[in-house]
Amino acid sequence: MTALDTPVVAPARRAAVRRAGKTGISGPLFVSGYVVLLVAFGVLPTLYAVYLAFTNVRGQFTGLNQFLRVFQDFRFWPAFGDILVYLVFWLLLIVVLTVGVAIVLRSRMPAPLSAALRFLYYIPGALAGVASVLVWLFMLDPSVSPANWLLTSLGLDTFAEVLAPGHLSLIFALIAFWTGAGGWIVVMYGALNNIPQEVLEAARMDGAGPWRLALHVQIPMIRKWIVYMVILAFAAGTQLFVEPQLLQTASLGRVSPTWSPNQLAYVYAFQHGDFNGAAAISLVLLVIGLAGAGLLVTRSGLFKVDEQ
Amino acid sequence: MTSSLRRIMAVLAIGALATGCASADPGAGDETPAAGFTAQPQDANAKITVWTDSTRLPSVQAFQKADPNVQMDVVTYDGSADGSTYLQTKVQLFDRTGSGWPDVVFASPTDVTWASQPTSPSAQAFAAPVDEGLVPADTLKNFADGSLAPCQFGGHTYCLRNDIAQVVLWYDKTLLDQFGYSVPTTWEEYQALGEKVAREHPGYLVGAIGDTNSHESYFWSAQCPAQQLTDAKTLRSNLQDSHCTKMASLLDDLIKAGSVSKQGFFGQGFAKDYGGKVLMAYGPSWYGQYLFNSAFKTPAGQITAAAPLKWQGESRTYTGNVGGGVWMISSHSKNLKAATALASWLTTSDDNLKGAPTYPAYSPGAKAWLANPANKDYFATDVSGVFQQAADEVWTGWGNTKFSDATAWSSVVLPAVTAGRTLTETLPAWQNEITSEAKSVGYTVTTQ
Repeated sequence: MTALDTPVVAPARRAAVRRAGKTGISGPLFVSGYVVLLVAFGVLPTLYAVYLAFTNVRGQFTGLNQFLRVFQDFRFWPAFGDILVYLVFWLLLIVVLTVGVAIVLRSRMPAPLSAALRFLYYIPGALAGVASVLVWLFMLDPSVSPANWLLTSLGLDTFAEVLAPGHLSLIFALIAFWTGAGGWIVVMYGALNNIPQEVLEAARMDGAGPWRLALHVQIPMIRKWIVYMVILAFAAGTQLFVEPQLLQTASLGRVSPTWSPNQLAYVYAFQHGDFNGAAAISLVLLVIGLAGAGLLVTRSGLFKVDEQ
Repeated sequence: MTSSLRRIMAVLAIGALATGCASADPGAGDETPAAGFTAQPQDANAKITVWTDSTRLPSVQAFQKADPNVQMDVVTYDGSADGSTYLQTKVQLFDRTGSGWPDVVFASPTDVTWASQPTSPSAQAFAAPVDEGLVPADTLKNFADGSLAPCQFGGHTYCLRNDIAQVVLWYDKTLLDQFGYSVPTTWEEYQALGEKVAREHPGYLVGAIGDTNSHESYFWSAQCPAQQLTDAKTLRSNLQDSHCTKMASLLDDLIKAGSVSKQGFFGQGFAKDYGGKVLMAYGPSWYGQYLFNSAFKTPAGQITAAAPLKWQGESRTYTGNVGGGVWMISSHSKNLKAATALASWLTTSDDNLKGAPTYPAYSPGAKAWLANPANKDYFATDVSGVFQQAADEVWTGWGNTKFSDATAWSSVVLPAVTAGRTLTETLPAWQNEITSEAKSVGYTVTTQ
């Protein structure tokens, strides 16, 4: 398998590195527009949040007191517990199923059927976030759901029973999977396309069946794409807001208004008028997201450019 | 060794950093709101912005028609119903940007708890004290007993109450006569009747507890001290009080028997599946039109209301209150005269109140409302006496707090009951949630 360790895309990357060395100002010019927007709407708000998190409402420096105060809030740890369980469900679902489905589509399907299915999978993702949650409100209410036979056979006869606190993490993971997986299946499919046909042929000649081919050739060769997906899914997952917020309203309050950490920050800012506490919570989320991404990037060598 | 030493040093450093700094408590050093407020420079022709819910929109339009000289910009929003915090969210933002406040808003009583205080040290409280030269004291005196209590903070009145939602015993007279039952007058009789209905007419209901406000119908009426404000900053919550445990076990008994539903009257599918099976509903005065007429589509001449229930052996009858809106005038308004004229007309004029959608809080207006046959046509008997009696029996021991009482009930109690636990078992968790919420917004809490 040593032959496979040489990344297939390496020649293209080397070319890119060379080009970057030669260009004058056209490169920086091209990215400058984005940099301006990033600074205005990404970096400056983050710095403002940092300022708020370390000061109080009078602008006095408070050190870590804002953080200590939100850690002691009775809703803080339950919200992070909720999001942790949700992340476990959601990351497992998205990694196992999108990669699995992409491999089946790539290797075990006639091309036209595969193309049609990829399009179908992508449709839910094209719906705006809020609209897709509305679809799920219907799906989960036994009195109107097209799948009510399934819900009632699970012993869930009313919307209230479906929304039991213990089910929420799984429900949000399913919604997220339904809206997000299609796009990732297309990306994984593209990644699989990058594997040269000769490599697959050689593996088959050596007697690898579909399982061995997937586990020992295809998945290792798209590992970086999988890591990339996990980083984005993790960051998006910790920031879950729209789904619980909408379900909270639609369920007439049966879902806690502070189910996820982002919702708790929202309650801090807009109900308690406590922008400092809200900023502290959002910084905690930022640190978790950065730590998760940093760990995955360094452990997987995602950004390593192979120079020979 | 060195690494653990370093860790200890780090912890100590963090501790030092945390202790040596200014307090993070947003409420630290809060002063009680100043009596007066700084009015904007006034302009008698300035346009006023009005935020109303869709139910009250026709009233606002009627004022516009009656007085076309007032320039108005009318905006419809959710009216702060069902614990929505839209108004609060927006005012927080307007306070930060320094502009954009509406001049007159329809809101829920809970909103007055924050609107009567500045949202930050540099802001001015959103609601103008209406007793400070805006509305005459004689007018304020005419509101029903205690109906302005949610508006009052620090000796000033920050809103005009639009309507009260006194809880009464709604029942289907046609069905009750057909079954041969008589109307209960005490909670004990209500329980006995509920058991009898479950035995003799299974499937029929005498109540439901699954709505976001069901606790206000039952536990407020039962005089349960779930959230009693002993003073502006101290909250008493004692759900082991006998008034609470009696009500919890009464409801547990009827839920078990099957004549009280765990679902909500306003829950999805309820009207379709059970609308015709509701023999009784203990709830606010607006249930008649909004639940039986609009949602259940019960034909006219069947439904009527009876006086609130009392506990056997207690001399006085008390009842609860489920909603009832208020109108607030913005302290930032550039045209306080027009804003006050509108708010006063909406809450006190017979012209508006006789056709109001819900029971007016202003007593002379309530008389005009009851005199209007259109408000009573639908009912099987005259509900005037019952409504007037109940309006004066609302228990004042249920505090209008800075946090919504619906959160703990809907997100802690109802899921537990749905999962099969009894209300009695859930009382400690409910109390725990109320006390935690109260502490998080700065109340001192006692549980005795």
